[in-house]
Amino acid sequence: MSAEVFSVFYQFADVFAFLILSAAGLAIVFGMMGVINMAHGEFIMCGAYVTVGLVNLGVPLAIAQILAAVTAGLIGVLVEFLVVRRFYKRPLDSLLATWGLSLIVTQSMLLIVGSAVRGIGTPEGSFAIGGYTFSTYRLVLFGCAVAVLAGLYIIFMKTRFGVIARATMQNAAMAKALGARTGRIYAISFGIGTGLAGLCGALYAPTMTLIPTMGATFVVESFVTVVIGGANVLLGTAPAAVFLAMIRMALNASYGQIIGQIGMLVAVILIIRVLPEGLSSVLVRRGR
Amino acid sequence: MNSGRKLRMVLLGALLGTVASMSVGRAAEPPLKVGLLEDVSGDLAFMGMPKLHGSQLAVEEINKSGGILGRQIELIHLDPQGDNARYQEFGRRLLNRDKVDVLIGGITSASREALRPIVDRTTTPYFYTNQYEGGVCDASMISMGAVPEQQFSTLIPWMVEKFGKKVYVIAADYNFGQISAEWNRKIMKDLGGEVVGEEFIPLGVSQFAQTIQNIQKAKPDWLLTINVGAAQDSFFEQAAAANLNLPMGSSIKVMLGFEHKRFKPPALNNMHATANWFEEIDTPEATEFKKRWHAKFPDELYINDMGYNAYNALYMYKALVEKAKSIKLEDMRKVIATGDACIDAPEGKVCIDPKSQHTSHRMRLISVGPKHEVKVEKDYGTIQPYWLGEIGCDLTKKNDKDQYTPNHLPKKS
Repeated sequence: MSAEVFSVFYQFADVFAFLILSAAGLAIVFGMMGVINMAHGEFIMCGAYVTVGLVNLGVPLAIAQILAAVTAGLIGVLVEFLVVRRFYKRPLDSLLATWGLSLIVTQSMLLIVGSAVRGIGTPEGSFAIGGYTFSTYRLVLFGCAVAVLAGLYIIFMKTRFGVIARATMQNAAMAKALGARTGRIYAISFGIGTGLAGLCGALYAPTMTLIPTMGATFVVESFVTVVIGGANVLLGTAPAAVFLAMIRMALNASYGQIIGQIGMLVAVILIIRVLPEGLSSVLVRRGR
Repeated sequence: MNSGRKLRMVLLGALLGTVASMSVGRAAEPPLKVGLLEDVSGDLAFMGMPKLHGSQLAVEEINKSGGILGRQIELIHLDPQGDNARYQEFGRRLLNRDKVDVLIGGITSASREALRPIVDRTTTPYFYTNQYEGGVCDASMISMGAVPEQQFSTLIPWMVEKFGKKVYVIAADYNFGQISAEWNRKIMKDLGGEVVGEEFIPLGVSQFAQTIQNIQKAKPDWLLTINVGAAQDSFFEQAAAANLNLPMGSSIKVMLGFEHKRFKPPALNNMHATANWFEEIDTPEATEFKKRWHAKFPDELYINDMGYNAYNALYMYKALVEKAKSIKLEDMRKVIATGDACIDAPEGKVCIDPKSQHTSHRMRLISVGPKHEVKVEKDYGTIQPYWLGEIGCDLTKKNDKDQYTPNHLPKKS
């Protein structure tokens, strides 16, 4: 019995971690900043490739993963400065620009690194409960997802940077008039977003096949989670992930992966129909 | 104008004239155009790249040794990027605009079925070079890869005998996975075995924690893994991490997707497959072939069976054209009808079956060990692609243009 209960928790945690980790970066870039970042998956891929490259050079996995997230973040700052900066007032054009960037990056990776890279293997460790065996690393992923949520909350709600960043996103002109260096705030926020995408790739790199288009497997889930979450990223993303993870887990367990995926997307359509502003609109209203 | 310059102009003119007349001389024998559709970008690029390489190697070799009927081959490759709509668009372009003499390629069965109606409207021969779920009875298509009676009818009884009667199936959710699962159901039924679970996975899904638990709940003796693509291959890594530890069998793993080269051992431990080609074959012919391949493509991670079949396809085309002394499909099919359409491939002699236009293969059952070493467990010798003929497909008499499965058999006339 306890095995069944734990199994339900484990499956929920697994889907939840996947949704949160793939969506966290996009929640900032798209949810807060309003940039429709079609290259989100490529930042995830970047995190994964840097991790594997560093591990192959002999760097311990955890350090490689942190360095990979930092690399993706720095590249994000650079991309913001060179490309994204020009499109804040033209969100649809930012979609095209980042999509183009995504195509260029995947093709370049294919040409430079090749069509497939040898995996590094998941860190050892599994445990058994009842008739089931579980991978310990999947629980590490869940822990990381919770830590990412906590970290985002602290950065954007409890720090001076967070206050200024939120002010800038709400009204850039006013924030600027009050002395905030909005250009720098945008660049750093974008960098945090892509850094989190890189972290997602870094964390999932040991468990997946590495190909240049691997980011695509994360993109649908990440956009869906952010859209369901709604405008208030910090209040919306976590409940959105909890909600979608429950639906997907229940359907996966009873009817298999196809129904799980269909069910999740149907739920998304219904929510957008009923709550066009996303889950956070309800939560924010309640809060007031 | 000074005279030196004039002289130079005259010389240049003469030179150009010679070049022009040379090219006119050659134009009497225009090259044969081979249209090739293989994915070298997108999700299946890692499998498609060896197919392009195999075709390039064969074209180079054939051209060096005098071409086909004295004509050189020109390879026109387009990259459909794994997109079935692009397969159709590029297929039309090659057939109608470039007017290729033969069309080769396609990776997934979905792409092949997208192409086939377009090919059927022309008189151009089409070579499909993958192993697949079998059953296509179409006079325009010549299949070079292995089919279920060569792969599943060997593998599944062996797995049942060695590991037990209960199997769990993880299959990609499109025609290849669905029809392969149908084959498994039929063969398991004949053997008195039990399919304790079947899970179809949408392409692009990469997370398998739930699937792994569903498997443990069903308690199978072994797994049939016919999941497709890089994302779905993540199953192996995740199953190993969760210590699932079950024997596995497949018609596409190792020799086609070279998962044992792409994943860290022991993720593919205890995998079994039946194949006409895998790079670890070490007969003298195979070794010689591998040497030529790696000399031309030193970075190739693995020569997979698709790439190998793609290489053979051009030699089979050459054999058919030279025996028919014609590049017309109807003349080539007369050669096939004699049962004498054979080539000496690196695996040994392979022939095209007149009734189904599929290829006979020497099949071996291989297993993967904990260090990802590949071992031959059983050599079945040459197996004919007999199933289509048995159920009533006979292309020498009638062109069905259909794909049959164990549940979709030709109507008795």
